[in-house]
Amino acid sequence: MTAVTPVRLEPDRADTRRARLGRARRGRHASRAAWLLLAPFLAGFVLFYLIPIVVALVKSFTTVKRTSTYGAARDVFAGLGNYTAALTDSGFTGSLGRVLLFGVIQIPVMLGLALALALALDSAVVRLRRFFRLAFFLPYAVPGVIAAVMWGFFYAPNLSPINQLLEPLGLRPDLLSGNVILYSIANIVTWTFTGYNMLILYSSLQAIPPQLYEAARLDGASGWAIAWRIKVPIIAPSLVLTAVFSIIGTFQLFTEPQVMAGVSTSVSSTYTPSMAAYAQISAQNYGLGAAMSVIVTIVIGLLSLIFFRVTRNRAAL
Amino acid sequence: MTTHAPTPSRRAREARLSIVPTAAMFVAGVYFLLPVFWLVVSSTKSAADLSSTFGLWFSDNQLGHNLDRTFAYGDGVYLRWLANSALYSIVGAAAATLLSAMAGYALAKFTFRGRNATFSTILAGVLVPPTALAVPLFLMLAGAGLTNSIWSVLLPSMISPFGVYLARVYAAASVPDELLEAGRIDGAGDLRVFFTISLRLMAPALVTVFLFQFVAIWNNFLLPLIMLTSDRLYPVTLGLYTLNTQITRDPDLKTIVVTGSLLSIIPLILAFLALQRFWRTGLAAGSVKD
Repeated sequence: MTAVTPVRLEPDRADTRRARLGRARRGRHASRAAWLLLAPFLAGFVLFYLIPIVVALVKSFTTVKRTSTYGAARDVFAGLGNYTAALTDSGFTGSLGRVLLFGVIQIPVMLGLALALALALDSAVVRLRRFFRLAFFLPYAVPGVIAAVMWGFFYAPNLSPINQLLEPLGLRPDLLSGNVILYSIANIVTWTFTGYNMLILYSSLQAIPPQLYEAARLDGASGWAIAWRIKVPIIAPSLVLTAVFSIIGTFQLFTEPQVMAGVSTSVSSTYTPSMAAYAQISAQNYGLGAAMSVIVTIVIGLLSLIFFRVTRNRAAL
Repeated sequence: MTTHAPTPSRRAREARLSIVPTAAMFVAGVYFLLPVFWLVVSSTKSAADLSSTFGLWFSDNQLGHNLDRTFAYGDGVYLRWLANSALYSIVGAAAATLLSAMAGYALAKFTFRGRNATFSTILAGVLVPPTALAVPLFLMLAGAGLTNSIWSVLLPSMISPFGVYLARVYAAASVPDELLEAGRIDGAGDLRVFFTISLRLMAPALVTVFLFQFVAIWNNFLLPLIMLTSDRLYPVTLGLYTLNTQITRDPDLKTIVVTGSLLSIIPLILAFLALQRFWRTGLAAGSVKD
């Protein structure tokens, strides 16, 4: 056995000079290591997020001027011109109102459904859990474009099983027509994302220590009371999170209506704000498209902020 | 699992109570699975049968024929699309996971000036609508001559702010501070500790980051839409979308779109099934056991 000379390590907490220097040196090394680890991501983030945002902002204040009809195009400073143009464009403002209406209806429905399913799954027989968890989550594995294409077929009057089932009753709904199409699109989004939100809520439910239920049961609480009074308040932060993600997603809505525009005449090219921005960009009105995107981003930011404020007071945990 | 040992009467009460939730789950299950089932059924039908027979049950099985047509279309461009999607998703998600793991770890385990500001900025990146980024990105990459190339889709896909958020949660949950301390005392550099030990500790949770980024890239529609003009570079989402827009002109494409859609779903479903064990949704990292 070799004799080991014990090394006296000075505890970090000692306020000796050596300990302080050691802490500082380690602190500097740690910072350097941290920045090195951050560097690759940050480089890409700056390149693909920050710079484009700045470019978009700058572009939103410019417009294209041509010296003559076929002359060279120049970017000209246009002040708030693009913004006023966007905010006075009935197509664009209409699209903002539309996604707001969409969000007010679709998000509570979807999250309510996700919550109900998460609660049901949490109290379900264990054997069935895995199957249902997969079944509910499956739509999320379907790419949004494919889901929209699929539902587009599903809604098409001549192909739809819904129509086939309802026809003997004399009903002939056109799920792609003007009045209904918004709800049809809402259905696609709900179908796609409920499972994803449910999984987030379900995971939070699973993390609740069972002792809480024991105590409640001892006090005579029923299953429903437990669900409503204990489980839901505890997972309130997860609900807030899913709600914020949903708000962000709703205002960025693009893929599903874009696909629907191909199969339904009721979907204009400015149906949602993102589509309106995309339409301008496709027409090479980069300034106007950028301004629209900035407006949408600001709206999303404001709504998220408001939502956080409101729920922070409610979910005082 | 919320396991607890109920008394017999409690168990009986629970069994009775759970009929309503179970029935509700069955109904929900039908709702979620029905369109996919319809897709399977429709893939087996010829174009004529699609409109004439009942949508939710099979008729004359034409699946082989439909598969042939799908693979043959456009000189086999469909298989090319699948390969592209696989390339973008696997490489992009792998790179994104590594970058996110490094960044999340740094943000979780070290204190340094500007840490919170950096994290807040990264999170704010999630708020920005892709349409805002797409055109400047396009202009930037066009300037570098990279548009209409695999890099135009791959490079932006490697940056996932949400992945950094998740990785930060996982790093905090699965890598004990004592590990870094021990490493420093032993003289191992922080970077070495990360790559040899911490990364391995975080690995199961990082599978979730990979999976989510994989799905995000596979589903990404706007980015390839803006960046790519050559259809041999399209991912399968963009390819099928393009075909779908041509259906009014060429109704025969219907069966190809339907069959192609079914085929395109399968890889994702398989990936989820295979990696089931590793699902975590970030908010209960380390405490979910199933």
